Amino acid sequence: MDDEQLDRIFKAIADPTRRRIIDRLRERPDQSLFHICALSVAEDGEALSRQAITQHLDTLEKAGLLHVSWSGRTKIHSIDLIPLQAAAALWLRKHL
Amino acid sequence: MRIYVTSVLVDDQSKALDFYTRILGFTVKHDIPLGGEHRWLTVVSPENPEGTELLLEPSEHPAAKPFKDALVADGIPATSFQVDDIDAEYRRLRDLGVSFTVEPMDAGPVRMVVFDDTCGNLIQLIQMTGK
Repeated sequence: MDDEQLDRIFKAIADPTRRRIIDRLRERPDQSLFHICALSVAEDGEALSRQAITQHLDTLEKAGLLHVSWSGRTKIHSIDLIPLQAAAALWLRKHL
Repeated sequence: MRIYVTSVLVDDQSKALDFYTRILGFTVKHDIPLGGEHRWLTVVSPENPEGTELLLEPSEHPAAKPFKDALVADGIPATSFQVDDIDAEYRRLRDLGVSFTVEPMDAGPVRMVVFDDTCGNLIQLIQMTGK
């Protein structure tokens, strides 16, 4: 893993909304964009715009933390923790 | 001014007629040949036969397919219907072979599911729970 990917991963988790998206997708994997939006209303009582969530998912995907697949013709999202674990092992744990 | 009809864009009117009547349980209100292969085809809820009609509209316009595909890709329902007992309705439809993209979940004041209408759309069902 190079420094740029390390940057992208730590940037991805340096945002409370993205951390909530990670938490929710870990609890319940394989969600469509609509499902993620609906859960943000249900669980936070505050609707995030579809555009905002799309941008957060894009940031997670660029960091390699998002696993995208298709269920029929619907795009579904899960969290891939391996790059996060690798980033933690590579830098964070040195100091813990 | 009143809303008397709303529509879903369906890939195939005959297939849609079967799904919306036999599976969902709506009844035909109008089925009028329009010349060519298309019909003015509307259904209503048997719980409210004089209520708003649902037009099963052919999705033959070239813009319809990319629009519908983009909604389905993001899991977004084309429209939404209301039921009194969503868990019972979910079990009934599942047993009839309907495919769901969202299993029963609470979302604010509603409990909802989303399923595939087999005609190129996702459809949301909600029960008002008022939580």
